[in-house]
Amino acid sequence: MAVWWNNLVKKFVLCFIDDNRWMYMAKGLAVTMEVTLMALVIGLLLGIVVAAVRSAHDQQGSELSGAGGFLLGLANGICKLYLTVIRGTPMMIQLMIMYFVILVNTTNKTLVAMVAFGINSGAYVAEIVRGGIMSIDGGQSEAARSLGLGYLPTMRFVIIPQAIKNILPALGNELITLVKETSIVTVIGLGDLTKGATIIQGRTFEAFLPLLAAALVYLLIVVLLSWLMGKLERRLRAGDRH
Amino acid sequence: MKKILAITLALMMILALAACGSSAAQSSAAPAADASSAAAESSGSAADAGVLTMATNAAFPPYEYYENNQIVGIDAEVAAAIAEKLGMKLEIEDMDFGSIIAAVQTGKVSMGMAGMTVTDERKQSVNFSDTYATGVQVVIVKTGSPITDLDGLKGKKIGVQESTTGDIYATDDFGESNVERFPTGADAVLALTQGKVDAVIIDNEPAKNYVAANQGLSILSTEYTKEDYAICVSKDNTELLDKINTALKELTADGTLKSIVDKYIPAAASSSAAADAVSGATSEPSK
Repeated sequence: MAVWWNNLVKKFVLCFIDDNRWMYMAKGLAVTMEVTLMALVIGLLLGIVVAAVRSAHDQQGSELSGAGGFLLGLANGICKLYLTVIRGTPMMIQLMIMYFVILVNTTNKTLVAMVAFGINSGAYVAEIVRGGIMSIDGGQSEAARSLGLGYLPTMRFVIIPQAIKNILPALGNELITLVKETSIVTVIGLGDLTKGATIIQGRTFEAFLPLLAAALVYLLIVVLLSWLMGKLERRLRAGDRH
Repeated sequence: MKKILAITLALMMILALAACGSSAAQSSAAPAADASSAAAESSGSAADAGVLTMATNAAFPPYEYYENNQIVGIDAEVAAAIAEKLGMKLEIEDMDFGSIIAAVQTGKVSMGMAGMTVTDERKQSVNFSDTYATGVQVVIVKTGSPITDLDGLKGKKIGVQESTTGDIYATDDFGESNVERFPTGADAVLALTQGKVDAVIIDNEPAKNYVAANQGLSILSTEYTKEDYAICVSKDNTELLDKINTALKELTADGTLKSIVDKYIPAAASSSAAADAVSGATSEPSK
């Protein structure tokens, strides 16, 4: 028993304390969080815009005519193309295409990762937001119209506030997925948390401890995020019980 | 609710600014930051900005590896010496070995230096500098393994680092189905210690490093052909290639190259081999 424990301590020291190896993981964690948060911001902005276009077209498309209708139809087409392509290709390939083909001149891997994950996240956020908007009972918008509210005020005062409650759980899921998805940036050589673990593994030939440590850190982040999302949802639901 | 939203948005904005600030600081080469602007410039532009970017796969001791949160090793130090001679700042980019030539070709980096062997196939994509070191592929097995020479490898599972000459030899000589490719040599050796592969074919100096770091491994005495390591530069950038070759000649003449190699490879045999290699700039490239 004591031998096992001593062995574990020795391996722990080898993997993390020697040569300051824990810093590979610490720096990697900073990179992971940086990429995740920026990608989330980009994804939210992109997703909300795309969702707005898509739901506007689906709810109203038949009513509009002329230049406005045509533009909306065109925008809708572009959005649909974006969604199909981004949701239809693997994230790793998107990332590699972004790094080796599109942004071919830069070696700023963090920026490339942020952009690639942001664009990818945007597609999924768009569908989540659109789903949330569409899930609101048609009666709500009818009632709003009967009160004389136009399309935009209806969305702003009636539909979106209700839709947010539906959107938030799925959005939280997307954020959690994003955090873990960023682990594939090692294919472009970006030093994130996972790469930190693989560097340590490569130097020490110990697979167990570095990988376990990385997994635990991801787990902690996800648990924290889930807890925060839970709090937010509870606050929002507080108004429902009246 | 509004307060939470306001605070969250404010935090996001601060984070976004911080992230953009730090990512701008990371790409200290100004051309690199303008990713969205101009089409692919010649790879000379990366060098002209006073920064020499070098692509490598930092899992290849003693040529390049991580120590104390930095990339060190023979290649790292020789590159730093070359950059100094050229009056430029060195920046090392770690990436998959297989991506290095593509990175050099597309101008992402100025040069690639990764214990890379000169082969005819690679010469079709990039130009190579003069040889600065030599290596030879060897076979690592578990001590006591029934494999004693190259013939013993037939039908066995061989681990290699993908896209290296070890990969090429193993596939040519023993067949695709017997070869397992790993992202780094260390991963292949880890698989060897776990019994997932029966042998690993890799360059001799890293092999010595891996064997020293593990218990129960040994290197077979049979070797493949001697290989020349050189720096790869884009075919468009003949200017940089000439500068690098001049710098290499100077470093050989004043003994810097030898001292760097000796620092990492303390055996007399290897250092004389390196000296032989750099004085005889033309050597047959291995296939």
